[in-house]
Formats: sequence, C-alpha cells, structure tokens
Amino acid sequence: MTSSVSLPPQLAELVDEFAEVGPRDRLQLLLELSQELPALPERYTDAADSMEQVPECQSPLFLAVEVEPEADRRVHLFFSAPPEAPTTRGFASILRTGLEGEPAADVLAVPDDFYVALGLAQAVSPLRLRGMAAMLARIKNKVRTATAA
Amino acid sequence: MALPNDPDPKLAAYAHPERLVTTTWLAEHLGDPGLVVVESDEDVLLYDVGHIPGAVKVDWHTELNDPVTRDYVDGAGFAQLCGERGITRDSTIVFYGDRNNWWATYALWVFSLFGHPDVRILDGGRAKWVAEGREMTTEAPKPEQADYPVVERDDATIRAFKDDVLAHLGGPLVDVRSPGEYSGELLHMPDYPQEGAVRGGHIPGAANVPWARAAADDATFKARPELEAIYQQEQGLAPSDDVVAYCRIGERSSHTWFVLTHLLGFETVRNYDGSWTEWGNAVRVPIVQGTERGSA
Repeated sequence: MTSSVSLPPQLAELVDEFAEVGPRDRLQLLLELSQELPALPERYTDAADSMEQVPECQSPLFLAVEVEPEADRRVHLFFSAPPEAPTTRGFASILRTGLEGEPAADVLAVPDDFYVALGLAQAVSPLRLRGMAAMLARIKNKVRTATAA
Repeated sequence: MALPNDPDPKLAAYAHPERLVTTTWLAEHLGDPGLVVVESDEDVLLYDVGHIPGAVKVDWHTELNDPVTRDYVDGAGFAQLCGERGITRDSTIVFYGDRNNWWATYALWVFSLFGHPDVRILDGGRAKWVAEGREMTTEAPKPEQADYPVVERDDATIRAFKDDVLAHLGGPLVDVRSPGEYSGELLHMPDYPQEGAVRGGHIPGAANVPWARAAADDATFKARPELEAIYQQEQGLAPSDDVVAYCRIGERSSHTWFVLTHLLGFETVRNYDGSWTEWGNAVRVPIVQGTERGSA
C-alpha cells in the first residue's frame, strides 16, 4: 500500500481497516473508536476543565502532548472531547491509536493528508473531515515546539 | 393526518405556536401515527450514539446537500430522502438536534423550501431531552418506505442568493455571526480554516445580532417578549420588513430565520445560505469592516 508507506505501523493498520470496509461500516468503525478514546490521566483532569474551546461552531477539544527526553523522543498523546461530540472523539481516537508512543520524527512525517486514505469523505463529508487535518496540525505543532526546546 | 398542536402557554404566545413542541408533548405523542421525528446534528455520529426512540436521521452535509454542486438536493432527491424515512406529504415532522437546534432549524428550513406543510421544532432540542433524562435508544428504526411526491424547490420565497442580497442592499440585513466574525477580526474559526473566506467583515448595512441571543441557557427559544425586545425594540425591525439573514454557511441564520418567521411572525424573511463563505470570497462585492454597520 503506497499510501501507508510513511505511516507509523498502528496508523497504517487503521487506515487499512477503514479501506477494507464499505462507507456505512466506516462510520460504525469511527463510532467504535470514539468509544475507545481513553480518559485523561489525573494530572490533566483539571486542565481539561479549561479545554481549548473553539468558539461558536466546533466542539471543544483538549489536547496535550508529551515528548520523552530520550534520544528518539517518543510522543504521548492525551485527548478529551465531550460525549456529545463523537465524531471529534473518533478523530482523536484514530490519532491516539495511530501515533501513541511513536518517535517524534515519525509523527512529524505523517502526511498532512493521510486521512484521505481513510475513505471517510463520503460518509462524514469532506468539510467535517478537515477537522482531522486540523487536529493533526495541532499535534505536529506541539511536537515541534517540544522537540525544539 | 396532522397531529394536534402543543397547547403549552409559552408556545401559545408565539406568532406560530404550531411550529414548536415541548419535550413533554413529544414524549406523549411518540409513536403516534402520522408523526415522524427527525434528528439533525452537527456531529454526524451523534444520532448513532443514542436518539429519541423511533427518530430518523437526516444529515445536512451528506444528505440535504447535492454531492457535487453547492446546492440542496432536487425534488426527486428530496422525495427519495423522505420516502426512505417513512415521511409522506401529510406527516407531522418534529425536528431536533444538537447545538441549540442549529441543524434542526436548518433541516426545517430546507424542508420548507420544498413546502412540506407540517414542520415543527422540539424546543430545547436534544440537550433538553437528554437533560430531562428522557428515553434514548441506539435501536435503528425501520420505517416503511413511503410515497413522497416530487415537489420542486421554491428558491424565491425564503431563500436568498448573492444577487438577491446585492439587490437588497440598503434593506434590513441581519448578520447572526459572532462579533469577531462581523468586524472582520476573525476570518474563520481558529483551527477550522475550511469554512474560511479570503476577506473579513460584513455585508454593508447588516446589523450584528448573534443567533445565540435568541436562545435560553437550556437551548430553548427565549419567550416572545424577550425576542421582541431584541429584534423589534432594540434593532427596530418590524414584522412587515423584508429581512435577509446570513451567517457563515447558513445554519446559524436558519435559527434566526425560524425566530423571525415563526416565533415573531415576520412575513418576509429570507436566509442567505451562501452566507459569508460566498460573500467573503466573491470578487468586487462591497464589504464593511469594523463594528459599524456602514452602508453600500
């Protein structure tokens, strides 16, 4: 799969899973992933009260990124989104499952348009899907900041 | 057969009380023949997490829009959408959804383009139903295929296009976006550039009345006197005015369109669904920046 070549293994596996099923089942898969998004560890639960609220239109999302100090700078991701925002939770869960524990360089190497390969455009609409791109962009920004320091 | 109206006294004060139902009324009438409950959300998965028993889902992005042209489905597409959900031309439809019923009012507005006679909003939407601990289910309904006639859309009465708005300049315009979007400070929501525009600001002469001013904390509509105080006393609009409302993509302005048309009884209100994502990208249309209304 050429589309998966530069993806971390877990993310590549998810992309393949989505690609294998039909549009209706992709939505179901996204729903299941949204239910699997782990709760925030205690050290972030207070912070989540002040979740980055995107005013007016989109659901609030809390995102924290930790980068290990060791050589390959492994990345740890923490998300929180309210239960009434399952799509946002689903997108977060894809990124959490796909990127958790990967070296910073590999996270930064994920193509910005990797989500196209998920084949969700038809089921979710391309407009909504770009929320996923925005989420990945935020993660990369935080990883860049952490590794530059 | 249309269902009876909700006799609730708060609703009775509105110009068209038959366009709203309370959660209590809906709970009593669930399952009545002739009633179809439609959930319409911003979040495409929310319905699947749990919905009002028997409710069907209509998704704005993927179902009410034409997949290619930036427009709504046509008469045949609409007939198919309704038929699959067991909706006939005589059905009483109650819409509800997330986000203060933005998408529910949007869906109601689109159904109104096709002239569906009996359309109503669940006051308070999904949030109020859930907050009251009312029944939800993940069980998908299996509506019997219904025969819905092919009715062509009426795009003239409650819908405005860019050229209509250009011709309307100088007339009453309501921009229901946030103050930052109105002044031009914000081109789009942070991190969500997909709904952006290359120019910021507002249509000359537009009053800024953010949609949320019409909503109470529990996502219900404010009572009629409070709405009159905002739109009539403060903004000086009159029910006989020819009003155009817009936002960024037309969903929040559907909320205001519903308030003006059905709750306050304005006779001529059009929703400009192209909204700022069209106006703010169009070549050579006049734009005003800052907090003043300006003029064309």
